[in-house]
Amino acid sequence: MQGPDTKDAGRPGSAEEPAQVCYVFAVGREGEPLTEAARGLTGPTSSAVRTVYGSGLGALVCSVPAGLYDEEGLRAQLEDLERLESLARSHHAVVAAAYEHTTVLPMRLATVYLDDSRVTEMLEERSSEFDALLAKLEGHLEWGVKIYADPRAAAAPAEESASDSPASGSSPGRDYLQRRRKQRNTHRDAYRAAGAVAERVTALADGLATAKVSHRPQQGELASGPGENTANDAYLVSAERSEDFRAALSGLAEDVPGVRVELTGPWAPYSFATPPSSPQPEAGSRQG
Amino acid sequence: MSDSLAGRMGPSANRAVPYGQQGSSANLADILERVLDKGVVIAGDIQINLLDIELLTIKLRLLVVSVDKAKEMGIDWWENDPSLSSRAPGSSRQEALASRRDNGQDELAEENDKLRKEIERLRSAAELPAGESPEKSGQKTGDGTGSQTARKRGRSQE
Repeated sequence: MQGPDTKDAGRPGSAEEPAQVCYVFAVGREGEPLTEAARGLTGPTSSAVRTVYGSGLGALVCSVPAGLYDEEGLRAQLEDLERLESLARSHHAVVAAAYEHTTVLPMRLATVYLDDSRVTEMLEERSSEFDALLAKLEGHLEWGVKIYADPRAAAAPAEESASDSPASGSSPGRDYLQRRRKQRNTHRDAYRAAGAVAERVTALADGLATAKVSHRPQQGELASGPGENTANDAYLVSAERSEDFRAALSGLAEDVPGVRVELTGPWAPYSFATPPSSPQPEAGSRQG
Repeated sequence: MSDSLAGRMGPSANRAVPYGQQGSSANLADILERVLDKGVVIAGDIQINLLDIELLTIKLRLLVVSVDKAKEMGIDWWENDPSLSSRAPGSSRQEALASRRDNGQDELAEENDKLRKEIERLRSAAELPAGESPEKSGQKTGDGTGSQTARKRGRSQE
């Protein structure tokens, strides 16, 4: 294993071209599907995605300018949300397109090697680990299920009927208190309903999924959509059962006011590609 | 392994959910939580992955977890980070961040969050009131956790 030192930059073409390093998107099994997957894809700097092989495995890589992908360059890219977004989408686009052809293990964003031979070494070193993961994920897809509690959506119909009552004029103080009480009840009901929906989702999904991972609920600037995200889970589902999974979970809470179920995917199995050092919770473990 | 995944999904599945639809339209938060937090994590030759991506992942949690929430959890280190705050001193932020992390604050915060959710869940299961607004401080939901939840709820009702 090489240390972090930047060893000699004598890569082919470095005399005229700016120095290039090797960005790794994903690892799959060596073979025609992987080669086919690389065809026509481009990486974050529009250079062609290609394959590097070793130990019966293949990495989907592309050459990127060393100046943008060394320590300093990467830091600058990752610290800037716009550049981070473009890199993340580009990385994800390659992984997603490749996964249409064959099972691949997505690498974490910004996994960069000095040259192709270092990628080959990495594949050789980790071949048994990658092999086991590929076997586990073969023929599977990842689905994301997010549950939102949205008290305001639940309150909307109630407020319409409330406006019919002769509220204004009688007693502003009492009206205010009544409104607050109603809001509080609606709020509590929405969260309780979201909890109930989460249990239904878990029960349905566990019957169809191979594994489950809970992500943090999304609640910050990047979280989209109204309401509060109360559950954010990823399920590993076999390709054969994917359609059943989608059908079982879409529209699940359409009739429940104040609760929304959002299904995302299918994804390449990012959430299940972490090597087994940290044991994944089995499907059936439940949270929140 | 020679057949494509689309093929293995079956024709109906293929029509209903074309794989790869997430490629361009997927929500950024969904993508980031996967490409940064998940996937195969190996140290490449460029060592940024080891330290900085982990730091970035924490920052991402601030984007994905609200600042109010982070403050509630007792996390305030971003105030020392120039990329997140104008008040930051600027120089030794990396060390400061790293040592805070080593103290396990992040894990604690996460656990806090989990426990808080669990309390909320149990409360609603037991049909107890979710917590009153801060003005009614006489209420006996008692401990610090309860009153924090109450404060948060009170705020979100405004």
